[in-house]
Amino acid sequence: MSAAATTTDDAIRLGLSADEYRQILGHLGRAPNPTELGVFSAMWNEHCSYKSSRRWLRSLPSSGVHVVHGPGENAGVIDVGDGWAVAFKMESHNHPSFIEPYQGAATGVGGILRDVFTMGARPVAILNSLRFGTPEHPKTRHLVGGVVGGIGGYGNCMGIPTVGGECSFDAGYNGNILVNAMAVGLVRKDRIFLANAGRPGNPVLYVGARTGRDGIHGASMASAGFSDGAETRRPTVQIGDPFMEKLLLEACLELMATGAVIGIQDMGAAGLTSSSVEMAARAQAGIRLHLERVPVRDAAMSPLELMLSESQERMLMTLRPGAEADAATVFRKWGLEAVVIGEVTDTGRLELAMHGTAVADLPIEPLAEGLVYERPVTDPPPPSPVAVPDQDTGIDILLTLIGSPNLSSRTWIWEQYDHGVMGDTITPPGSDAAVVRIHGTDRALALTADCTPRYCKANPRLGAAQAVAEAFRNLTAAGARPLAVTDCLNFGSPEDPAVMGTFKAAVQGLGEACRALNMPVVSGNVSFYNETDGCPIPPTPQVGAVGLVEQVAHRGRISPSPGTTVLLIGDTEGHLSCSLYARELHGLTGGAPPPVDLDAELRHGEWIRAQIAGGLADACHDVSDGGLAVALAEMCMASGVGASVEPPDRTLSPARFYFAEDQARYLLAVQSDQVDGVLRTASAAGIPARILGRFGGTRLHLEPLGSVTVDTLRRRHAGWFPSYMDGTTRETG
Amino acid sequence: MRTVVVVFPGSNCDRDVAVALARCTGRAPDLVWHGATSLPACGLVVLPGGFSYGDYLRAGAIAAHSPIMRSVHEAAERGTAVLGICNGFQILTETGLLPGALVRNAGLRFVCRPVDLRVDGDTPFLAAFAPGERVRFPVAHMEGNYQADAETMARLEGDGRVALRYVDEAGRATEAANPNGSAAGIAAITSNSRRIFGLMPHPERVIGDELGGSDGRRFFTALADALA
Repeated sequence: MSAAATTTDDAIRLGLSADEYRQILGHLGRAPNPTELGVFSAMWNEHCSYKSSRRWLRSLPSSGVHVVHGPGENAGVIDVGDGWAVAFKMESHNHPSFIEPYQGAATGVGGILRDVFTMGARPVAILNSLRFGTPEHPKTRHLVGGVVGGIGGYGNCMGIPTVGGECSFDAGYNGNILVNAMAVGLVRKDRIFLANAGRPGNPVLYVGARTGRDGIHGASMASAGFSDGAETRRPTVQIGDPFMEKLLLEACLELMATGAVIGIQDMGAAGLTSSSVEMAARAQAGIRLHLERVPVRDAAMSPLELMLSESQERMLMTLRPGAEADAATVFRKWGLEAVVIGEVTDTGRLELAMHGTAVADLPIEPLAEGLVYERPVTDPPPPSPVAVPDQDTGIDILLTLIGSPNLSSRTWIWEQYDHGVMGDTITPPGSDAAVVRIHGTDRALALTADCTPRYCKANPRLGAAQAVAEAFRNLTAAGARPLAVTDCLNFGSPEDPAVMGTFKAAVQGLGEACRALNMPVVSGNVSFYNETDGCPIPPTPQVGAVGLVEQVAHRGRISPSPGTTVLLIGDTEGHLSCSLYARELHGLTGGAPPPVDLDAELRHGEWIRAQIAGGLADACHDVSDGGLAVALAEMCMASGVGASVEPPDRTLSPARFYFAEDQARYLLAVQSDQVDGVLRTASAAGIPARILGRFGGTRLHLEPLGSVTVDTLRRRHAGWFPSYMDGTTRETG
Repeated sequence: MRTVVVVFPGSNCDRDVAVALARCTGRAPDLVWHGATSLPACGLVVLPGGFSYGDYLRAGAIAAHSPIMRSVHEAAERGTAVLGICNGFQILTETGLLPGALVRNAGLRFVCRPVDLRVDGDTPFLAAFAPGERVRFPVAHMEGNYQADAETMARLEGDGRVALRYVDEAGRATEAANPNGSAAGIAAITSNSRRIFGLMPHPERVIGDELGGSDGRRFFTALADALA
C-alpha cells in the first residue's frame, strides 16, 4: 500500500486508543497508511460504532407483530395496515447546534429526513425535542432563536410539516444544549429500500451536492466533550441547503419507482466512509471507489478528506447494472449531479483508488462491526428525599406555573414552523400528540416526543420509563393505539462510570416500559460526550413515539365543549417531590420522581382509548407536568371554555391535589347524560374515575384555591416566551 | 373546467392545491413542469406555494424567468385566469403580472398561523364570499409583507383591487391582526382585469373541518363555477 505507515501516536491523535491501534494492526497484518487509519478512526468512533452503548442496547425489545424493520436500518419501519408502513427515527445534532445553532439544527433536520426517505418513504412529519440552559444564561436566547430558526428554515423549505415536540430549560444544559429531531415517513410496505449494496458488479452512484471540506471530523467532534472555546470548532459544522435536499428527495423517490435502485444510504456522519462501508457490509460484499470521480468543490482535497467530508445533501446508491442511463435522466430533470464512482465487488474489502493509484485497502467486516466495550459502571444512588411544603393556597400558584419558562405557551416556536403543508395535519402542535392523516385515507398517525429530564436526573431508570409512559398517554389521549418507539439517548461521557451507570439504568427503564406497554424500540441514536469541562448533562433518554388513529373522526381532542362533566381517571396520591410545583414555587429540585405503575398505565390507556373510539369522550388530556390544575388550564385555554371543579374528598391538601404529578392519569370531558354509563364501565374495568366538576363559563374555578378567567390564563401562558425572546420584561398579566 | 398547476423545482404546495382542485372542481388538474414551453388549453393556471429555486436571490425571482412563465404570460393576455398562492403570489409580482413586491415579514420570522381576512375586492376568485365577509385561511411564509409605491397603492385602492385584508375579530385591519407588516393589511390583490389573483394565505389547506376549516373549499368550489 502506498504512503507512509502510521504509528500509535498517529492513532491517538485521531482519537483511537493504543489498544484499538493494535487491533487494526491485527486486522491488516501491517501498519495502516494515514488514509486507512483515518477511515478506521471514523468508523470506530463512538458516534458511528456505538461501541459503549451496544452491549446495553441489545436488551431493548425491538420486535413485534407490526415491526417490519427494527434497529440497524436507516430508520425503523412498522406496518400500519392497508399496505402502508411508517419509517421513523430520531437523532441528535447537539454539538453542532451549540456551536452554530441555525446551521446545526437545520442540518440535524436534513440528516434525519434523509434517513427516512432513504428507505423509500415520503417524509410526512417532523418533530423535535429541544433542551436549553436556563433563560438567564447569556447564551440561551441566542441559541433558542438560532435553533428554532434553523429547524423551521429547513423543514419549511422541504415542505414537510413540523408538527410537534418539546422545549425545556434547565441549568444542566447551560454548556451543552440538546437538539433532537425526529422524522416520520410513509412508504408502501412492498416498496421499502434498504442500505444493502447488492451483488458484485452493481454500479455505485454518487448523487447530490458536491463534496467540500465542511464537517470533516464531525463524527469525531460528536465523540468528545466540550471545553470553553468550543466555537473554534465552527468549521466542523456543516452548512445545509434544503432546496438541494428537496430536489434530492423528489429525484430519489422518482428513481426508486422505476426499479433502478438496488440499495441506498445517505452520506451522514463520516460521509462517504460510513455509507460505502455499511452498504457493502450488509451485502457481505466489497466496494471499490475511484475517488477522482467524486464531484468536489475543491479539487485539491485529499483522499481522506473526500472520505470524511460531511457535506450535506448527498446520497450513495447502487443500481441495477444497465440502469445508469435511467438514473441520469431522472437526476438531470431535477438538476442534480450524479456520477458512477465505483462498483460493488466480491472481495469483502474497501478499495480506494485515486487516479488509478490504490490509496486504501481495508477489510469491510471489522470496519463495520466496530468494537463493543464493557465500560465500567457505577449504579446511580437513589434520590435523597425532599420535603415539599404543601400548604400553599391561592390561584396564583397556577398562574405562576403556566407563566413559567417550562410551562408557558410554545406558540412563539410553533408559528415559525410550517405545520400545515401537505394538507394532512389534523391536530397541529399544542395538544397531547400531533395527528397527521395518512394521505388519501381516513386513518391517521399520532406522533409525540417526550422526556422529563428532572425525573431522569433523580432516577434515570424510572425517568426513562416515565418518558415512555408519557408518550403512551399522549398517543392515547389523541385516540391512537401506541405502536412503537424511537429513542435518542443523550448522556455525558461513557468513560465516566457514573454516567455509564445512568445510561445502563435508563436503558433498563426504557426496556421495561416498552415491553410493558407493547411499544418496541425500532430505531434510535445514542449521543454521548454531552458535557462541558467534565460536567455531564442530566441523563436525557428522549422518546419519540408513533400511534395509529383508526378513524380521523374518532380522534381524541383536547378542547372540551361547555356543559360537559370533568372526570379524573387514575389515582392521585399527592406526589409533589421532583414536580414543577416544587421547583417553581419553592426552588426545590431533586427528590424522588412520581412512581410509574406500568400495569396501571396500560389498563388506563386501553380504557381511555375505548371511550374515545366509542364517541364517549368529548375531550381528553393527559395529566403530566404541573399536575391536574395545569392540565385543566390547558384544556380551558385550548377551547376558551372555563371549568369549575373541586376535590372529591379532602384527604389531600389543595396543593397536593392540584399540583402533584402522579402518573397514569387523564382528564376526560363527558356529556352529562353519558356520565353514569362511563362511570359504570370504569368501575367494571377497575379504572379509578372520579367526577371533579363541569366545563363551562369563562372562568376556571379550583375549589378552594380560587378562580381566574380563561382570558387571564391565556395571557399569562402566552406572555413569557415572546417577551423573553424580545428581551423585554416578563409580562405579569 | 380544466386547470393547470405549474410545478417549479422547490414547489411544495403543488400536491395540496391539486388535491383541493380535484376535490372542489371534480377534475384533477394537469401538473406542468417549469421547463415546459407551452401550457395546455385551460380555464385556470395555478402557481403554487413553496420555495421555487430555493427562494435564492429573492422569493419568486428565479421562477419568474423559467421557460413556462412565457406561456403563463401569453395565457394571461388571452384572458386565462391565473392564481398565485404564497410563493405563486411572489412569482406573479416578480414577473410583473401583479404590481408591488412581497418583502420579508416585519417580525423577521417565518409565520404560520390561521388569519382572519376581510373580503374587499370584486373578482371571480372571491365568488364564494359576500363583500365585507370575514374568512379564515392560514398563512405560512417568511416574505409576505406586501409593499408598493404610493401611486400603485392609490391605484389598487381606488380601483378596488385589494381583494383580501388581514383583520381582527371586528373586521378592522389593525396592526395586531397583520401577521407580516403588509401595507394597508393587504393579503391579496387582483389585476385590473380581475383575472389574475395573488394571495399569501393558503386556501388549499382548509378544505374540510377536520383540517380546521372549510373556507378554502368554498373558495375553490365557487371560483371554478365563476371562471367556467
